[in-house]
Amino acid sequence: MAAETKTYREALREAMVHEMERDENVVLMGEDIGVYGGTHLITDGLIDDWGPKRVMDTPISENGFTGAAVGMAMMGMRPIVEMMTWNFSFLAADQIIQHAAKLRYFSGGQVQIPLVIRGPNGGGVQLSAQHTHSLENFYGHFPGLKVVAPVTPNDVKGMMITAVRDPNPVIFLEAGALYGTKGEVEDGDNAVPFGKARIACEGDDVTLIAYGRQVNLCLRVADTLEEEDGVSAEVIDLRSIRPFDEDAIVASVEKTHRAVAVQEQWRWFGVASEVAAIIQDRAFDYLDAPVERVSGAEVPAPYARNLELAAFPSDKQVANAARRVLYMEEK
Amino acid sequence: MPAENGNGENGGAEARGEGSVATSADRLVDLYREMVTIRRFEEACQRGFRQGKIGGYLHVYTGQEAVAVGFLDSFKEGDRVITAYRDHPHALLLGSDPKNVMAELYGRGSGIVKGKGGSMHLFDVERGMMGGYGIVGGHIPIGVGIAYALKYHETENICQLFLGDGAMSQGAFHEAANLAGLWGKDGQCPCLFIVENNQYGMGTSVERTTAMTDLAAKFDAYGIEHEKVDGMDIEAVLEAAERLTEQVRETGKPYAVEALTYRTAPHGAADFFEKYRSKEEIEEWRQRDPIGILENKLLDSDAADEEKLEEIKGEAKELINEAVKFADESDEPPIEELYTDVYAGDDEYMGEE
Repeated sequence: MAAETKTYREALREAMVHEMERDENVVLMGEDIGVYGGTHLITDGLIDDWGPKRVMDTPISENGFTGAAVGMAMMGMRPIVEMMTWNFSFLAADQIIQHAAKLRYFSGGQVQIPLVIRGPNGGGVQLSAQHTHSLENFYGHFPGLKVVAPVTPNDVKGMMITAVRDPNPVIFLEAGALYGTKGEVEDGDNAVPFGKARIACEGDDVTLIAYGRQVNLCLRVADTLEEEDGVSAEVIDLRSIRPFDEDAIVASVEKTHRAVAVQEQWRWFGVASEVAAIIQDRAFDYLDAPVERVSGAEVPAPYARNLELAAFPSDKQVANAARRVLYMEEK
Repeated sequence: MPAENGNGENGGAEARGEGSVATSADRLVDLYREMVTIRRFEEACQRGFRQGKIGGYLHVYTGQEAVAVGFLDSFKEGDRVITAYRDHPHALLLGSDPKNVMAELYGRGSGIVKGKGGSMHLFDVERGMMGGYGIVGGHIPIGVGIAYALKYHETENICQLFLGDGAMSQGAFHEAANLAGLWGKDGQCPCLFIVENNQYGMGTSVERTTAMTDLAAKFDAYGIEHEKVDGMDIEAVLEAAERLTEQVRETGKPYAVEALTYRTAPHGAADFFEKYRSKEEIEEWRQRDPIGILENKLLDSDAADEEKLEEIKGEAKELINEAVKFADESDEPPIEELYTDVYAGDDEYMGEE
């Protein structure tokens, strides 16, 4: 498939436009996504092309407009709701968790909710406590939701296309700090299936497992380990939290016998814990060392740059975790 | 007059609707039958709950029948209805088989939502019943979205959105009303808000939950026109329902009507003591029981005689007895049903069976 270099932002917008062209039931909703152009400029200019019925500016009213989108989805529309940032989704949690996720079940299968809720997730840009959360484990907990966290421009396009076509509510967690990053993006319909992890970098000695922004960190660490320690690290990008690609992790650990799970979120009850549990459950006999978890500090996100950097996993922490599972000296 | 009891200083707004609509005798008899059937259904539910056949929560509609019966009389094919958890009458009035509704309450596989939702989650999407919901206020934004979609798809249909007085203190109500008013400016929100003001949110009276007890007037804040109706008088409700559903259908603008009514039964089946209200108050409202009012009217106008009314009651009883029998004799859902309907599409279930 032909490809072009594009930013994460451009790829995301391209996917939404691709689906709006294909299906007139696809509408965009959110705060300041129309006339203003979107806080992160993802939807900039779209209201001019599609008009206010397809690109709906909403009041600051997360629970209200998310609930309205649930109602639209029940009627066969396919709304893509922007959370200006995922931090605001707590205000809509009743609609997302109590309604969107469960409606199909408690209606005995009479309705489906083809709804995408998207926006920037995670930290890294000094937004401090109330504007910095990584919510993949929070939403990943609830049956009825699908949760994805693409990190490459190609994936953000392909997974958005898949999300729009999915008949279920999809929590679409964008790497907010990476909107400007560039990568090759396939032209046209490059739908990427959910529940399939991606091997971001092949290796033999240790498996680094991450998703979202931390995948890029792991790739840097893999280079460091190669150069400084002669270690060949495999990096797995989970891409999708629910459904979860257990097989990809297990296959990699069967090869490398060692694993480090990396997440920006807090350690307790997080995705990395789930990764560790899956490995002990399905690949216990292959392990040569306990699974390491590298997580964010157990504090609300701070503002000052140095504190913020210290609050999230660093290259050094991840490299040393890899060295520990290899029984090598930390650096 | 009891209608002023829980809503004494209602901003001076009087209930509109004089019951002056020309309603034929036959039609009134039909409505009487519907109200009696609903009452019998709810009484059977209460018995089933006491017998331990019905689990969870149970909220019955006893005393409020004229509201749902009157408004849903104006339901047109393709319209949608959404409500909270006091939802049995709405499903029954849209044509759901009482057998399947009762079977749902009994937790059976033949239940209207396969035994997965229970009393609070009755759905019959084919007939326009978009659900009963268990989180107070949670369904209101959804109903507004449904109304928007009806217009987006260029239909002539409307959404009848029922809510209780208690829901009007929820943020979801205010956010949804704001959206409805906003979208209604462009004729994009054919939503009729029907506030079933039964005077109490569970056990807390309206005047103990808000300083502004004129509930209909709260819609002023969102640019939505409104009125009140005597929810114990079926003819008054019918008049309002016919006029307002047509208005919403034509304009695409939301409208709100506050039906003043009263739940003579306890809030839920576990509401034993009713410390929040007096026996005298309940008795006073019973004097205005919607079924009693209509019964008197039918007799006074010779639309029906005692014999006819007894016949209707007998038929209703028989219908509900059959529903109970069907529910009681139905099988529980097959255990495989535990895992279905979590997701639509290929991966219905993501866990381990």
